[in-house]
Amino acid sequence: MSLLFDFTVDKATKTIHITREFAADLDLVWDAFTKAEILDQWSAPKPYRARTKEMDFREGGRWLYAMVSPEDVKHWSLVEFINIQPKSSFSTKNSFSDEKGNSINDAFSLVKNSFKAAAETTTVHIEKVFDNLSTLEMMVSGGYKEGLAAGLSNLDEYLRTMVTSK
Amino acid sequence: MRRDIFQAIADPTRRAILVLIAVQAMTPNAIAEHFDITRQSISKHLRILSECDLLAQKQEGREIFYELKIDKMNEIDIWLDQFRKITEEKFQQLDQVLFTIKNKKK
Repeated sequence: MSLLFDFTVDKATKTIHITREFAADLDLVWDAFTKAEILDQWSAPKPYRARTKEMDFREGGRWLYAMVSPEDVKHWSLVEFINIQPKSSFSTKNSFSDEKGNSINDAFSLVKNSFKAAAETTTVHIEKVFDNLSTLEMMVSGGYKEGLAAGLSNLDEYLRTMVTSK
Repeated sequence: MRRDIFQAIADPTRRAILVLIAVQAMTPNAIAEHFDITRQSISKHLRILSECDLLAQKQEGREIFYELKIDKMNEIDIWLDQFRKITEEKFQQLDQVLFTIKNKKK
């Protein structure tokens, strides 16, 4: 089964739109995005693991979790729940924090996750607005430096484009 | 001497160096720590990358730091690309998790 994946960037509005289809019903997909025990199983890119310290899924509540590297280094993130429309959408403010959930810098992104059920699939649309594009750079480089070394093919491609455009 | 940029990226070690310094400026010693090769060969790779005009050097005290010489906007494209990749991988993991949960329920 081929599942839709769409990723577009609007630099002018510092917004990333991600649309992804999942082969599961709305209830299950909603749980996968809102319950710590499921989030911990998928929300860190390999070889990292996600470990939830606190999850309080309600408006005004927060999710505090760490991305744990193979060397056991923890990068903490804080997700604050702003608005929740059950089984339909929820919006959050995401930032970097220490293990107690105190922000470690001013960078943040605002995220809205919307869910739409179809016959056999559920489509999730994620709209991520960054306060600044350098926040994105930090997000990728700060948390996943080791993982970056593995993703060289993109850089190759980028460098080739740079050569041809010269 | 200016070299062909393809020469720079033809070598896996040099590609790995580019990725490392794309994240932050580093001294040759700090770069060498990431590889299982001699400090001498790291210097050689850095020289080739410099000749391809891919490296910028800055002096801080007695240390020389190397960084990737590309403009900020292009750099952001690299991060966006990496972010897309990370997102894709995460969702593939979620596909597996959903599959496992659905099977348990049956």
